[in-house]
Amino acid sequence: MHMLKIDNLHARVEGKEILKGLSLTVNPGEVHAIMGPNGAGKSTLGNVLSGREGYEVTEGTVSFGGQDLLALEPEERAAVGVFLAFQYPVEIPGVNNTYFLRAALNAQRKFRGEDELDSMRFLKLVREKLKIMQISDELLHRAVNEGFSGGEKKRNEIFQMAVLEPKLAILDETDSGLDIDALKQVAEGVNALRSPARSFLVVTHYQRLLDYIEPDFVHVLAGGRIVESGDKNLALKLEAEGYAWLADKHPHLRKADLAGEAA
Amino acid sequence: MTSAPSPFVRAALDAAAGVPATGIAWLDAARRENLEAFAETGLPEGRNEAWKYTPLRALSQRALALADAAMAAGADVPGALFALPGVDGGRAVFVDGVFRADLSSLDAGTGVELAPLAVALAAQPEPLRFALANRYRRGAADAFAHLNAALATDGVVLRVADNAKVAKPLQIVHVTSGAQADTAWHARVLVEVGKGASVDIVEHFVSAGAATQLGTVVADYTVREGATLGLAILQDASPATTLIRRGQVRLDADAQATVHALELGGALVRHELTAEVVGDRARFDTRGVFALAGRQHLDTQLEVHHKARDTASDALWRGIADGRSRGVFRGAIVVAEGADGTDASLSNKNLLLSGSAEIDTKPELEIYADEVKAAHGATIGQLDERSLFYLRSRGIPLVEARSLLTLAFCRAALESLPNEALREHLGDLLVARLPASTAAE
Repeated sequence: MHMLKIDNLHARVEGKEILKGLSLTVNPGEVHAIMGPNGAGKSTLGNVLSGREGYEVTEGTVSFGGQDLLALEPEERAAVGVFLAFQYPVEIPGVNNTYFLRAALNAQRKFRGEDELDSMRFLKLVREKLKIMQISDELLHRAVNEGFSGGEKKRNEIFQMAVLEPKLAILDETDSGLDIDALKQVAEGVNALRSPARSFLVVTHYQRLLDYIEPDFVHVLAGGRIVESGDKNLALKLEAEGYAWLADKHPHLRKADLAGEAA
Repeated sequence: MTSAPSPFVRAALDAAAGVPATGIAWLDAARRENLEAFAETGLPEGRNEAWKYTPLRALSQRALALADAAMAAGADVPGALFALPGVDGGRAVFVDGVFRADLSSLDAGTGVELAPLAVALAAQPEPLRFALANRYRRGAADAFAHLNAALATDGVVLRVADNAKVAKPLQIVHVTSGAQADTAWHARVLVEVGKGASVDIVEHFVSAGAATQLGTVVADYTVREGATLGLAILQDASPATTLIRRGQVRLDADAQATVHALELGGALVRHELTAEVVGDRARFDTRGVFALAGRQHLDTQLEVHHKARDTASDALWRGIADGRSRGVFRGAIVVAEGADGTDASLSNKNLLLSGSAEIDTKPELEIYADEVKAAHGATIGQLDERSLFYLRSRGIPLVEARSLLTLAFCRAALESLPNEALREHLGDLLVARLPASTAAE
């Protein structure tokens, strides 16, 4: 049984069509990397899947565990197991990180008909996850992402993922803005969360992240759809040769689709 | 005045005729003068700049009698109405402006004199002369100050002796009985914090019933050299209550005052808070939040006058307006000639939670000195969509996410309140008032 099945997805942002018939199937436990030039629609995919306002689906379906994902509110998608690690995590002054995370976890549990965690049980859970993520508990006492460095923000995303334990994690350019040490730390956190029941969509512009998070499949997203799929060697080829070679195989793609320019 | 007096003014003049003379010549004269000044100008109208955003047409048509003192003295007011965590010092409770010994506890510790104004006047009027014979500018902008001076027969006298450190916070409670429809009450508060002394005071406004009433309070706070005043204001009156309040703070050299205000209730509320920073190195900080819903109207007028060297003030105010409510904030920093070294800042941020709510904010800076650091800013906005989505993407439902962000927005103004139990209580009151429940409809 597949976990995620995207079929012929078309989506618009501000009236402009960005996704133009994207199809993708992800099975439990698989790690799929989505690569592609700038403006290909990589971030749009993550935003559409997590239900962000302003992203209008005009055609196609997304099934998550047999459920129509597109019919759900963002918070319901989270509760059924979709997690988006943001490219730019938002700073929320005045909202304590721990309070926020407990509110999120309990809201999800409530939605699923599970009992809510009291603060004792929650803290115990958080301590376990902190150990895995190697994050200092000092971050917990601060406001959500406020004053966090770029690396701290990304690690906080992965830490949230560890606590919320989603079925599908979408990492939206999690490597952007990270130096190599921070990148390794984030990747280690992700790897610790890999399991036969959990799938990942790793959206990235660079192959570098895939040295540390080894994908089962690599897809090239260009011109709003998946134009090439393969294993991790595809990522290496893209790293070595860029995207231009795809034009020979896919004549319908415009040069701009592959050059990474905003068309 | 060319037109005939309004029902409000006529009723006030009738009410004054029933107020007995004190026999203290200067006080009776002052009352008379204030009544004349009020009768002459009537209530401020729309073209009055200071009242531009707070129309009083509806109020001017109401004929309000004075609240009946005997009824106020017998009104049933449960203690739970004004019980506050972390506030366990002396307490003076007034119901419709009438002192209630049965609800009060005037023993506030050594070095503190806490007494009803009427009692203090009967004992020794002369020390109160300066404050009570004070002349306001003649003009409609000060109409309620005149009215209060003419009609307030009771209130609070609180004196903290030099160098006394009052450990427990004192509480001044103004209960509107809500049991005397179409009446008004008036109270006068006089606080003096002696040299080097320190005290925390909570000014608390509540209603015990739902009848439509007006209350006016004029409060003077004199903070002597090197003294420290912490003032927390909690206004949680019924949605039928009109409150017109004026606070006047005077700070001598090296004095400090910090005001935290949480405004939740009332139908029409005006709060004028003016500080005269007259002593070198004195400091006046204010923090305030209002949360409005329904058809509430709240008008905050803050003025800080820096009149000495090396003084400082910092004002941080937040407002949220839901439903068809209207919030008004005017914050003025005035730095007088020669007040060099002044460091003043003012920030007012507001959130509109509904398309029908309105907030008008007006920061003002008037600087007549040379070496001054002054900053001010005001914004009106909506909840940040990116933050909302971030919270929702983690599973927090929209309604809860809105309430969480709104609370976070307000919290900045309350978090510096040192009394932790009180701070948490105010936070809880605020949460309960946030529009989560209305948005869930």
